[in-house]
Amino acid sequence: MRQYIARLLLLIPMMLGVSFLTFAAFRIIPGDATHFICPYCPEDQRALLRHELGIDRSFFAQYWHWLKGLFTLDFGESYFTRLPVTTELERRLPVTLELMALTVVFSLVLGVPLGIISAIRANTPLDWLARFVGVLWLSVPSFYTATLAIVFGLLWFGWTPPQFGVGYVSPFEDPLTNLEEFFLPALILAFGSAGFIMRLTRSSMLEVMRNDYIRTAWAKGLRERSVVWRHAMKNALMPVLTVIGLEIGGLIGGAVIMESIFGLQGVGMYILTAVITRDILVVQTMALLFAAVYVLLNLLVDVGYAWLDPRIRYT
Amino acid sequence: MAQEAAVPLEVTEKIRPRISPVRRALILSRQHPLGVMGLLFVGMLLVAGLFSELLAPYDPLANNHVTRAVGELTSSIGPDDKQIEVANFGAGANSVLDVDNEKMTVYYVVSQSGRTAVLEVLRGNAGTTKESHEAGTGLTSTRIDKLSGPSMTHPFGTDAVGQDVLSRTIFGARISLLIGFVAISIGVTIGTFFGVLSGYFGGVVDMLIQRIVDMILAFPAVVLLLAIIAVIGNEDSNVRQFLADSTPIPQGTFLGVPKFLDVFVVALGIGLAVSVATARIVRGAVLSLKENVYIEAARAMGASDARIMWKHIFPNVAALVVVLASVFLPIAILAEAAISFLGVGVPYPTPSWGADLTGPNRDDALEGYWWPVFFPGLALSLVVLGFNMLGDAFRDISDPRLRGGMGAGGGSGSGRGGGL
Repeated sequence: MRQYIARLLLLIPMMLGVSFLTFAAFRIIPGDATHFICPYCPEDQRALLRHELGIDRSFFAQYWHWLKGLFTLDFGESYFTRLPVTTELERRLPVTLELMALTVVFSLVLGVPLGIISAIRANTPLDWLARFVGVLWLSVPSFYTATLAIVFGLLWFGWTPPQFGVGYVSPFEDPLTNLEEFFLPALILAFGSAGFIMRLTRSSMLEVMRNDYIRTAWAKGLRERSVVWRHAMKNALMPVLTVIGLEIGGLIGGAVIMESIFGLQGVGMYILTAVITRDILVVQTMALLFAAVYVLLNLLVDVGYAWLDPRIRYT
Repeated sequence: MAQEAAVPLEVTEKIRPRISPVRRALILSRQHPLGVMGLLFVGMLLVAGLFSELLAPYDPLANNHVTRAVGELTSSIGPDDKQIEVANFGAGANSVLDVDNEKMTVYYVVSQSGRTAVLEVLRGNAGTTKESHEAGTGLTSTRIDKLSGPSMTHPFGTDAVGQDVLSRTIFGARISLLIGFVAISIGVTIGTFFGVLSGYFGGVVDMLIQRIVDMILAFPAVVLLLAIIAVIGNEDSNVRQFLADSTPIPQGTFLGVPKFLDVFVVALGIGLAVSVATARIVRGAVLSLKENVYIEAARAMGASDARIMWKHIFPNVAALVVVLASVFLPIAILAEAAISFLGVGVPYPTPSWGADLTGPNRDDALEGYWWPVFFPGLALSLVVLGFNMLGDAFRDISDPRLRGGMGAGGGSGSGRGGGL
């Protein structure tokens, strides 16, 4: 228990460090947000704008001001939209969270059964097919699949993802439209993880099926279904469950790409535009959140692993 | 023991016959058909990247033109005639006509009946001289060959500015290869340096380096790359300025790559990201390495830290570093494509598989001109697929227990660029 608390306390220096690193990196490079807000402004007008945004203050004064705001959950505001980061996050977080949750579900639904089939029919044509599908999922970049899906969806079926017309629709208002908006991006993003999970499931299942207790189960005359589902599955899925936790971190990156292709106004799009336009406050706040997610996910994975496998104890 | 010694030597020879390397390769390739396919795709990448100039049928940046017949003169004309009568006329006003060696521009169509038209033309354009032309002389018109579908002259078609998609795809292999190798060289060198340092010294140095590594790894890979390239790739960034002014890296076209400096900066950014992951893994290896007795022996003999690191630690992590480089190569290629796709990577006219999937090409694709996005993406997919299948085959050969799958330990490597 104590080591978990220690890990939780690690959150604070991590978040501070990450946000400061980001701030420093974006602050020391020449040029600032005014170049993007008003590209052709004369220098004196730009100086005024800088003063208004508070980016003419000294390096540390600027960071300290933002840091003070954190205690009241005030992350500052975007230089462009002048909207507080918290307001934007309230609007955008549900989009990204739904995308990621659906992606995790899809990658499990696709990856685990295929991995199990592949393992229990090892070295048969079915296994070869499953393995080829797995490596295909893993290899074809999501942005290519997504581009093809949009292009040929329109050319062949005249279908455009609904978010291009109506924007984000909450699942509580209109579940069907919401699903239509998220189905394709989540599915395509899931392919990568599904390929990975399929391979992991397969190798872990093969490993488990060689165990003595599985041989005992066979020897008792149990049916295959019983051996696979009741005896092997539980142990085979252990590594998969932990990997899911780590995959979520990577999915944030995938969400940036998917949101930009599918026009979803989520956190990914927010960070993408903020990085490009040097919206420092937004970037460093997002960095803070990423650090928190990273530490918490790693902790969750370790806790989950110890909980699932009593043999593992962290000391 | 005694029994073992009693086994005659000839029998052992018969059990394990010597096989030549060629035969061995043949046997392996029959057992791993997917690996052979992977080798083929990776080989195609290498060949296309190294010999782009020889293989590409056109200049990848050239706006290709197409000439077509648009009719013929029905009566002879002299140098000063402004009106011409054309049979089978297949062009419109403002088109430029080639008649023998003379170019003329169509002012407007005076009258048109059926396929015969009377045109008011501007004679002797584009530095050509006005001449007399016989009746029956063929008229041709040349225009940019834009968005023409796959054909014999352009197997992958052309894009909106008349660039040959096949040539761009072939040169895209060179950009991918270049970025991959530059990024990996930079990343692995820096990463190994800090990894060895961190693992060997431990203590405060290790703490400091590993905490920084932790902070950087907290960023999702794509976001990290975006941030790095936003910081160093900016028009007036210090890093970019330094590379332009103080290093011999050419800014223009170099090795057939336009805007070489910008491509290099992208590679540098990817390399920095790779170095962080490398440092973490190398450090882990060094931690166990330095417990070896021979390190202690070297220290007892009075060897300096630098000497121990260079002569005793580094050679022992070198094999791991080579494996890491091969694992990171497809990831670097994929990363370049991803950030170019997002519009912050390789700048426009330079052919890039990622950049070609987006922007105007994608808008054209939505209108039915799918080839400029289809083929570069296909090439990228095949290359990544090739690396993955090759990697699988190598893993199978080195550890036959895990046929086709992969161990939980080596999992995160293979082709996974953080949710790309």
